[in-house]
Amino acid sequence: MNTTVQTQTQATTDLASIAIVGLIGLAFIFITGIAQASVLHDSAHDVRHAIGFACH
Amino acid sequence: MLKRMLASALFAGLAAGVVASVLHFTLLVPVIIEAEEYESGALVHFSSAPDATTAITDKQGAQERPDTSLWHRDTNQLHRGIMTFGMELVAYTGFALVLVALYALAGRFGHRITIREGILWGFAGFLAYNVAPAAGLPAETPGIPAADLAARQMWWLGTVLATGIGLALLAFGRNLILPAIGIVLIAIPHLIGAPHPQEYAGVAPPTLEGLFAGRSIAVAAVTWTLLGLLTAYFWVRAQRA
Repeated sequence: MNTTVQTQTQATTDLASIAIVGLIGLAFIFITGIAQASVLHDSAHDVRHAIGFACH
Repeated sequence: MLKRMLASALFAGLAAGVVASVLHFTLLVPVIIEAEEYESGALVHFSSAPDATTAITDKQGAQERPDTSLWHRDTNQLHRGIMTFGMELVAYTGFALVLVALYALAGRFGHRITIREGILWGFAGFLAYNVAPAAGLPAETPGIPAADLAARQMWWLGTVLATGIGLALLAFGRNLILPAIGIVLIAIPHLIGAPHPQEYAGVAPPTLEGLFAGRSIAVAAVTWTLLGLLTAYFWVRAQRA
């Protein structure tokens, strides 16, 4: 319908921004799922089990 | 563009995290709590229940430490629930950030994401993140003796990455070779095999474990497709703005 308009307004995202957003996301996932610091493990315990991360 | 990416992921991640929390609190957390009652000995299923704290040896000979966390004895359910809710939001915002980063990366290759496609991306996330690992290491309740944690985390991480990259090659490979490599990548973790303990043990009824593993996958199917839809919706809007 208005694909042309959208394509024109779509700016290409620079690689640095993509890398920053991706790395923040991976850090969040690491904190909730993988890090073994006991305060993190205990806080995220039920989430880890529910999502299926290896917990302990 | 950085701000728009962050905002899109934040909106989508928080919304999906709230829905995931509702599903987790109603379908999965009660099963965890029940399993913990078997773990603590408050409930007993097997007449000759093996001692859950007995260290067992996996195939590699590594010792699995018994879980000595005080967590399972934490009776403050409100505190526990609040921490779980907070971590749900962090986890789903994390997944959303990665999805939006991948949408933007696809955009650089001239591939424009639509909301319908977002649902497919979310479903691919579900396959990579839940289905493929579940084939080797299904979601477990607390108190199940398992192989060495680091080995399981390594296999889990490798499986998620291999499946994710494999699916991308299947979806975007423009010749026959790339999709073929994708299929091999998806298969490799399962040919290697997930680390398992030498013998099966556990104190909770197997049906409870089965229910938990099945529900975990069912809930993930809903949360991931929703996450794909929401990230794409906010990302498309952010680009129009």
